[in-house]
Amino acid sequence: MSTVTDAPVTRDHALALLRDMVRVRRFEERCVELYSEARIRGFMHLYIGEEAIATGVMRALTPDDAVVATYREHGHALLRGVAARAVMAEMFGVVEGCSRGRGGSMHLFDAATRFYGGNAIVGGGLPIAIGLALADRLAGRARVTACFFGEGAVAEGEFHECMNLAALWQLPVLFCCENNLYAMGTALSRSESETDVALKATSYEVPAWPVDGMDVLAVESAAARAADAVRNGGGPHFLELRTYRFRAHSMYDPERYRSKDEVEEWKRRDPIALFLARCDGVVDETDMTTIEEDVAAEIDDAIAFADAGSPEPIEDLTRFVYSEGAA
Amino acid sequence: MTAVREEAGAVDTTTYRDAMRDALRDALRDDERVFLMGEDVGRYGGCFAVSMGLLEEFGPERVRDTPLSESAFVGAGIGAALGGLRPIVEIMTVNFSLLALDQIMNNAATLLHMSGGQFNVPLVIRMTTGAGRQLAAQHSHSLEGWYTHIPGIKVLAPATIDDARGMLRPALDDPDPVLIFEHGSLYNASGPLTGEWRTCDIAHAAVRRPGDDVTLLTYGGTLGVTLDAAEALAQHGIDAEVVDLRVLRPLDDATIIDSVARTHRAVVVDEGWRTLSLAAEVSARIMEQAFWELDAPVERVCSAEVPMPYARHLEQAALPQPAAIVAAARRTVGRDG
Repeated sequence: MSTVTDAPVTRDHALALLRDMVRVRRFEERCVELYSEARIRGFMHLYIGEEAIATGVMRALTPDDAVVATYREHGHALLRGVAARAVMAEMFGVVEGCSRGRGGSMHLFDAATRFYGGNAIVGGGLPIAIGLALADRLAGRARVTACFFGEGAVAEGEFHECMNLAALWQLPVLFCCENNLYAMGTALSRSESETDVALKATSYEVPAWPVDGMDVLAVESAAARAADAVRNGGGPHFLELRTYRFRAHSMYDPERYRSKDEVEEWKRRDPIALFLARCDGVVDETDMTTIEEDVAAEIDDAIAFADAGSPEPIEDLTRFVYSEGAA
Repeated sequence: MTAVREEAGAVDTTTYRDAMRDALRDALRDDERVFLMGEDVGRYGGCFAVSMGLLEEFGPERVRDTPLSESAFVGAGIGAALGGLRPIVEIMTVNFSLLALDQIMNNAATLLHMSGGQFNVPLVIRMTTGAGRQLAAQHSHSLEGWYTHIPGIKVLAPATIDDARGMLRPALDDPDPVLIFEHGSLYNASGPLTGEWRTCDIAHAAVRRPGDDVTLLTYGGTLGVTLDAAEALAQHGIDAEVVDLRVLRPLDDATIIDSVARTHRAVVVDEGWRTLSLAAEVSARIMEQAFWELDAPVERVCSAEVPMPYARHLEQAALPQPAAIVAAARRTVGRDG
């Protein structure tokens, strides 16, 4: 498994990684509060515990690259550069949201940052990523399409079709499998005859390796290496990012399928705490206070922005079913 | 129909298959963003020989053979469209399109709306549809009606050689996903290609045979039997108008209602199963928009509600036939049988 626990880390680097992870963590925590206040509705899936992955992977991408994510994508959107205001407004269901309030938590989209959702069908984003990469290849553009999905997706036919197609056509896709061990409530070992996810990708001739998804430096270096290879014509690459979600699958999940002890065990490997320990002597309490204050201010501002948002007029209900101005 | 074509000025005789191939060739020539992909479209020349020779002309990047992975390659078409290309995805038959239904319905049809208008999907999906060739239950579906249920996509059914030649261009020009259903029994149809295809739109139904007494509404593979029925009705002194729906979603209500308002009677002919069929939708719209114009209940002639049998006599018994259309039309004018 890819780990870099003894690599040197500079102060600026450490602060940037911490800031990203804390942004996502605090944003998600506020989302829980807003959900309990019924300000956010629908299905909502939290990224708490998995922040190191989006933090590490997004840093390997350039603005020209594309991102395809899942329904657990608040963190991916924020770290890709979608404004917290637009994400929060989306969950408030107002027109200022990044999808004009038509997508909600599971369907965040943003053309400016090439963020292609936000897909609520498990495995459904993989073919889209393949196609985006195919377009880049046919147009001769040296871009990467990063495609996030959970380990539950490997049970879908689309996963296997896409691994084969990506390798067969040598498409520039960076597959990022966030293996948090549970497809909703079904443990990987209860649903797969072969639980080595990276091996499945390797069997399609896609270079793949497991990464400690709780170690942000490990994710960052693995993603950089894989993205470079993809960008330089090396074909698709696959990272199995081993992680754990600390919260329930969604807001409706009573968590009967895993023990509290198991959750507590994983929380000892909290990616933020783990990295803070690693940064001992590089980052101090004042730094963390500054980050926490900045993040809190950003989220407060996002909530105020969303709160002041305007609901889309009912007359516009059927807009965007077809392109406007089309025949 | 022949008369209509001659009036428009026949310039060339071709087949439905060749007309479609010429349309594909034009598209590939005229726009470098266009590429064709699907199962056996390249080296094999297309399961129904539609793309024969295009691989040699345009190369394997633009005439792209795919594995038997309908969901992946249809989804890849969606992604490639998002990435700025103009993909034409061929699904060998409508039966296999069910393996890609998730991508068509959950992604192609929804992305524009879910993204608040940011991501349109300029994708064309072609597929063969229909029965009549003794291919039995898994290769004979007519699921156009299912697809017309889905907001966000457009559904076309070229029934004539001109439409086979002309519909692809406006479909590619459309910013949103367009499904083209090519009836398998039409590929060998030959006839004159008129200049009509050059101004082909994907918005309107077409009156293929004008008439005053009853409107026969149909599309795709059943246009032929419906025109045959109209000729038979003429022998009985009934002057039937035949409307080819052409564009199944969005339906051209104006042409449908205009015709029914003149003839006061309607028979919908649909190769799909009767229950919840496209014929049901057309019938409902006539009821909603032209109820007071009707002199008789709307009739439907659809396929029998059985998985399509192999044996020829059974298959033919399951499909809409001229005799059934004639009988239905005669009932609407008060002449039983």
